[in-house]
Amino acid sequence: MQISITTIGALFGSLINLNGNGHYVHWGFIQISVANLVVIALMVVVFIAAILIPFRRHGGGEG
Amino acid sequence: MTVDTHTGASPVDPSADRPEDADQWSARLRRTAVEALPPQKLLPDRQPAYVASWIYVFGVLTLAALVVVIATGCVLAIFGPTWWHVSTVGLFVNSLHLWSVEVFFFCMVIHLWGKFFMAAWRGRRRATWITGVVCFVVSVGAAFTGYLSQQNFDSQWISTQAKDGINSTGAGAVFNVTNFGQMIMWHIMLLPLCIVVLVGIHVLLVRLRGVVPPFAPPGDSPGGISENDAGHLVGATGRATATDTNPGAVRPDAGTVS
Repeated sequence: MQISITTIGALFGSLINLNGNGHYVHWGFIQISVANLVVIALMVVVFIAAILIPFRRHGGGEG
Repeated sequence: MTVDTHTGASPVDPSADRPEDADQWSARLRRTAVEALPPQKLLPDRQPAYVASWIYVFGVLTLAALVVVIATGCVLAIFGPTWWHVSTVGLFVNSLHLWSVEVFFFCMVIHLWGKFFMAAWRGRRRATWITGVVCFVVSVGAAFTGYLSQQNFDSQWISTQAKDGINSTGAGAVFNVTNFGQMIMWHIMLLPLCIVVLVGIHVLLVRLRGVVPPFAPPGDSPGGISENDAGHLVGATGRATATDTNPGAVRPDAGTVS
């Protein structure tokens, strides 16, 4: 079965509709797009996860 | 510089061709470079045990993303705007360029947060911290000029919005964001050159000074590893735990990971 790149693009594109106006959050004089806010939230989550999740050491590790 | 086929080792400088060559600038520069960064320190096989944490991974992830950014940027430069806007492969490479920049900044910001909370400028690492910060600022400029170089309505919108901001700083006369030719030269030549040089210095400094250890935990924990201002590894009591004057080297009692 052959799936064209257009089909794959449409499949992923249907997950989040980006063909509209951007969404923004207003908080006083602060205005930020939801997309940027999501990225910042993801960075905070990954930062905390990087500190908390144990790192599997190589077999030769001593410490 | 003397050129000779004689290759005998010199007692003064084993790497110099002849003893009298040891005072030449090339021999002195080579000795200084090798003493500061011997090959095993420049490309080590093992790291100190405290590096076994995910937070230490984001520096190299940023470097990996930068490699993809530069590689895809080179492909875009070869084929040009019509190709990256019209052809399927061009759109794909254009997307790779954009998303690798997203990953680059994502990882760089987490790297920056991690190093900030570790106070990574400790132990004579001020230059490492400063080159990282300057690299971040230059990268913002590179991304900005990249958005201006897209050759679409988005870049037109951004440039017309940005010109007022740039003009208000007084820099608009020399840095004209509506001048595509100027912006693309900044984007593909000047700023990438700055970033590559700064990243190179940054990585060499990391190898020279070593990866910053975490703060010692409260109490005299045997696992507590820290450094004093002189760059010496110390325990939680602040007393030197080893005769280590080379933070880049692996400390025997700290354990290592490969």
